[in-house]
This record gives sequence, C-alpha cells and structure tokens, in this order.
Amino acid sequence: MAAKSTVPFQGTKEQEAQLRSVIAELKDERGSLMPILQKAQDIYGYLPIEVQTMIADECGIPLEKVYGVATFYSQFSLYPKGKYKISVCLGTACYVKGSGDIYEKLQQLLGIEGGQCTPDGKFSLDACRCIGACGLAPVLTINDDVYGRLTAADMADVLAKYE
Amino acid sequence: MYRSHVLVCGGTGCTSSGSLQIFDLLKEEIAKNGLADEVSVVQTGCHGLCALGPIVIVYPEATFYSMVKPEYIPEIVSEHLLKGRVVKKYVYEDTVQEEGLKPLHETDFYKKQHRIALRNCGVINPENIEEYIGTRGYEALGKVLTEMTPDDVIKCILDSGLRGRGGGGFPTGRKWQLAKDLVKGGQKYVACNADEGDPGAFMDRSVLEGDPHALIEAMAIAGYAIGANQGYIYVRAEYPIAVDRLNIAIGQAREYGLLGKDIFGTGFDFDLELRLGAGAFVCGEETALMTSIEGNRGEPKPRPPFPAEKGLFDKPTVLNNVETYANIPQIILNGAEWFASMGTEKSKGTKVFALGGKIKNTGLVEIPMGTTLRTVVEDIGGGIPNGKKFKAAQTGGPSGGCIPAEHFDVPIDYDNLIALGSMMGSGGLIVMDEDNCMVDIAKFFLEFTVDESCGKCTPCRIGTKRLYEMLDKITKGQATLEDLDKLEELCYYIKDNSLCGLGQTAPNPVLSTLRYFKDEYIAHVVEKRCPAGVCKDLLSFVIDPDKCKGCTLCAKKCPAGAISGTVKEPHVIDTSKCVKCGVCIENCKFGAISKK
Repeated sequence: MAAKSTVPFQGTKEQEAQLRSVIAELKDERGSLMPILQKAQDIYGYLPIEVQTMIADECGIPLEKVYGVATFYSQFSLYPKGKYKISVCLGTACYVKGSGDIYEKLQQLLGIEGGQCTPDGKFSLDACRCIGACGLAPVLTINDDVYGRLTAADMADVLAKYE
Repeated sequence: MYRSHVLVCGGTGCTSSGSLQIFDLLKEEIAKNGLADEVSVVQTGCHGLCALGPIVIVYPEATFYSMVKPEYIPEIVSEHLLKGRVVKKYVYEDTVQEEGLKPLHETDFYKKQHRIALRNCGVINPENIEEYIGTRGYEALGKVLTEMTPDDVIKCILDSGLRGRGGGGFPTGRKWQLAKDLVKGGQKYVACNADEGDPGAFMDRSVLEGDPHALIEAMAIAGYAIGANQGYIYVRAEYPIAVDRLNIAIGQAREYGLLGKDIFGTGFDFDLELRLGAGAFVCGEETALMTSIEGNRGEPKPRPPFPAEKGLFDKPTVLNNVETYANIPQIILNGAEWFASMGTEKSKGTKVFALGGKIKNTGLVEIPMGTTLRTVVEDIGGGIPNGKKFKAAQTGGPSGGCIPAEHFDVPIDYDNLIALGSMMGSGGLIVMDEDNCMVDIAKFFLEFTVDESCGKCTPCRIGTKRLYEMLDKITKGQATLEDLDKLEELCYYIKDNSLCGLGQTAPNPVLSTLRYFKDEYIAHVVEKRCPAGVCKDLLSFVIDPDKCKGCTLCAKKCPAGAISGTVKEPHVIDTSKCVKCGVCIENCKFGAISKK
C-alpha cells in the first residue's frame, strides 16, 4: 500500500465537517457503514486511511472492519483518481466487440496500467463491468462523458479532447 | 390536452448516445415554433432498440425516429410537428414502406415480442406517478389489500407458474409461501435484488429506469402476502439514472399514500428503503446481498438456514429480482391463468433478454418462454452484421454457457437451457460470430470470476485462479492435452465444493465451451493455432506483398522496429522482433497486413 500512496492526504476542514455531519446523521441506522463510506468517497474522491480512521472512531467500530468493507467493493478506492477518470467497459457485450483492445491501447498511450493514475494526476484508468450501454458497445466513460462504438484506433483522438 | 406527444428515450443506452441534448433541443425548437401548448415532450424509459439510439417517437401516429442527431431537430419540428409531414429520411428504416409507415409493432424487432415486464418502458414518463396510475398502476395493490387474503395472493402467484427471473428459476409463489409459513408472525422483510451484476445484462436497469412504480407496487404486494412492513431495494451504484428515478418514485408513492402507514385505509403499513451496492458481483447471491445490506463485506453464508427462515437481520426475508417483481401486478390484475397460458410446460410467461454482441439489433427484447434462439437472433435481432457466421450465443453470463449453432432451434426455457449446459441467468444473451475465440471467451469469464470471488471458500478462491492460469496457458500455446483433462477435472471439483452459487457455476463457461468447441481447444494445444485469430501469442503478422505499395508508413509507426523494406517495394515483418501490437494494421491504408 505504501508504494502506491504517493499523494499525501490533503483533506480540508470543510470536508471533515461534512463527513462528521454525514456520520452523525447515519450512524444509528442499521447497516449504515456502506452508505457512510459512499458519502465519504463523494466528499473526498477516495477513501484514504485517514478518512477510514475518522469513520471508525466516530461510529465506534474497529478500523479493521471499515478497511475490510472498503477493500471488498470495487467502487471504493483507497487511492486518489485522476482529474479525468477513464473507465473502459469490459462487460461481455463490449468485450466480444473488442473493448479488450481498447483497454490495452489506452494503457499503451497513457503509459500506465489499469487501476493506476498518470504521474501528473490527469488521467486514471480502470476497467469496469458493464454500465448497461451494451447497445453502444464497446463503450468507455471519461468522468460523465460516454463514448460508444469505438475502436482502438479512436483512442488517441478521444484522449486529445482532454489535453 | 396536447395534440401530440413526443417521447424521447431517457434510458442509459440512449442518454449515452446523447438523448438528453435531443430532449432539450426539441423543447427549445417546439417553443420557438409556438407549439409549446400543443405538443408535449416527455422523457421515457427504454424502448429496447438501443442500437438505434437516440430514439424519438411521435404520438399519436407513433412515428419512430432513430439515431436522431441534433441537426435533425429543426426539420422534425417544422415539418412533422408543425405541418404534419413525417420526415421519412430520419425514420427507422424497418417502418418505412411505400404507402405511409408500418406500425411499430409489426416490425421484425417488435412483432414477436410480448411485453409484460417491460410493458410501460418507453411508454410512460417514469418520473410521474400519475402516468403509472393511468396504466392501471397500483390497481393490483388495491385489489390485493381490499379483496384478497395473503393466502389468496400466494395461491395466485403459485398458480401462475412464475419462476425467479434472476437466474435460479425457483417458483416465486413457493418462496413467498415459505417466508409466510416457516416462521409465524414477527418482523419480516421483503427485498429486491437490483444488483444486476451479469456483465451484458441490463433488463433490470431498464425496468428501474422506465417503470420504477411497478417494482414498488409489487414489493408492497409481496409484503402483504408474507406479512412484512419493510422492504429493501439493493441497487447497483453503477446505475445512477435508476437510483434517481427510484428515489423520485418512492417519494411520490409516499406522497400519494401508497407507501407508508395505513395504505388504502386498510391498516396495512409498508415502506421501502434504497441501499446502494458498491460493485461486487457476489452480492447478487442472496445471502451475500443480505450481508451487504447489513453493512458488511458481501460474503455469502451457508444455506440452510434459507432466507425465508433467517434472512436479513436474521429475520424471515423474501428476495426476488426486479424482473420477477415487474410481472406481479400484471398477474394479480389479469389472473394466474392468463400468465400460465404463455410459455412452455414448466416455464410460464415471458422473459426479457438483453441482446448484445455481434448482432444487428442490440437491445432489450421480451419474448414468450419457448421462443427459439433462431427467432431471437435472426428475426428479432436482425442477424449477424457484416455477413459473418453465427457461432454461439452465450447466456447466463459468468455462470452460464454457450449454445452453438446446432441447437439454434431449441425453445428457450429454464430446463432446456440447463440441459444444454447453459442457464437462463438473468437474461444476458451475447451473440458471437466466427471471429470470437471460444477459449478466449472462457478465459474472459474466468478472469471475471477470479476478480469477483469473495475469497471466503477455498475451491472458488484458489480453484478459479488455477482454472484461469490453465486457460491462459492454452491461449499461449503452452498447454498439453493432459492439461485439458486436468482442466475438466478441476471444473467439476470447483462445482461440487464451492460454498455459493458463484463458485458452483464459475466453471460453466469452461465446461460448455469444452463440450461444444473442443476442436478449438485442441487447435490451440496441438497445432498451436487460434482458429478465430484472437489469441495474440499464437498469431503472426504478415504483409501481403501483392497489396503492399511500399508507402513505409507501417515501418515508421512500428514501435519495435520490426518492419523493413525500401520505398515503393513490399515490406516484410521480422516476426522475432514483432510485439503483435497491431499498430501496423491500424495504419495500413491498403489492408495489406493481416494476422494469421
């Protein structure tokens, strides 16, 4: 874990206050740890150990449990994401139409592997499992933009839009 | 009253291809033409034909405009909506005929469909409860609460023959009966599995986005039948539109007194809460889903005890999937016999399939059980594009298997699919053509299950990883025939020994491809060849000297310096240096380079 977390935690007072009020609101509901983690990730963009510790302390549950849940689900990230989050759909419908090649091409172009972020913090690359836009396969998303009916050859042009 | 309604699809497929912009432009252009009081623009759920999105339908004439681009809008508004002249060139080509337009339900895509679960999708505005009520919405709940006892409700569902649409096919009425009778009284729960994790299946999403009230109504009916006053919907966080619409729908239902205390003044209380998943396939398994709602790592538990006895928060719980629920109000309204009159002997009603992959009409289709695969692929799906040959259809996702061309005419139902070594699953139906390598597909699914195995039990955690490694070895041409035997043996071991459905079904993609496409495995192992031309390690790139013009572009682009040749002379690839990245193929303007 230490090897990858090169970006120091930079949480602000406002974010902390926001998180504390979320916890205060939800902590007494049954099974509220997941909703709290989801809100925390909305606030901070990821779930560094500092945020997990805060949640554990405020809710009065062991950090080990918080960490266990945070690492179980693929939507929770312990590392910061890039300014532009690229997510390539590797669901079956996209895969049979060549999204594997697209994913590989992006790794080549960005010089990073899946799950990583470019050193300048601009792009992060992930694979996802079906966003349900199978009619447009193969599909990728960059933040909230959806790109469909792609080929590996289109990748340079898609990235260029974010330069 | 409006004289015309313009329906714009707001499902995920169409919004991904820009339907929100179309929606805004339509409103703007209609206002500009002074038609805002005469023509209403409505955002609906999915129409099913996602391949042709964004889709705009103009009622009352039901003109179906497909692949609508922003620049079409002024013309559609000024010609069609103002002057009443359909703009034929933008209309879905299958509806165009010499005289006027063919009704939508007579086109090949819709003709053989029968929409029950999807009946309101693409027809009503999902964010307006009154439109749902206008299509007999909440009438079934009213009937249940005022005219039927819980036992009547369960009997009706039992008699209808409805089986779970999430994949397992367990009789829904039986499930409800167990939850009602195993433990008498006390706190019970109703839950909905909306964690549609099968990659390539999106029918549940479509119901959530297009007809969320149907789910709410059905869950209240289930609550009444088993004696529960609280329900949970566990929905994928990857479906933001669905989550929004569900929240809106729950709010409206509460406002109208259709959720909450004393519904219809009958003394029946029922409320719903939404819980978001966070991306874990195993949470589609019922015990794992409940563990996740409880706020834990979504790991499954051994059964028994079954959830009907000890489920969510250790209380008796009924869990059904979205599509199953979507059928319930219709069964109550139209009667068990009506539903049981459709389908095959043991599989009643309809099933929604998400058609995807190498097929012309990708999208959602709802067909009576017992329809043949041929009808689905060739008639409804419009066949395979680019003149390619059908190789197999994959159903059941990572838990299912493939159906080869030789079984094209088998009627689709639960039992037939199992006999073929596949399963219904949640309804993903991915079509593959001759360019797909079946070993590679098996490897793809195993990579998925390795990723998604929760790690609790050893056969699944380690076994799937070993399976993946063996498949990887095969696709790299490093395996022996002995490995194929080991592969099969390990498959059965994992099936027999895993704790939950994920592990028990994880080897299915391997077993089913071994069953129908063993020759492809053997080609990889013995001849070190990938017949479909997919597995990179077994391919070499060659330049056709007759087609090569010697433009030197490939040599310049090759990152490995593997291509040499002089200007205007055919080039050659040094296969010992080639890294098989494919850059040369992408750049060649003459189609001279191929993989062999």
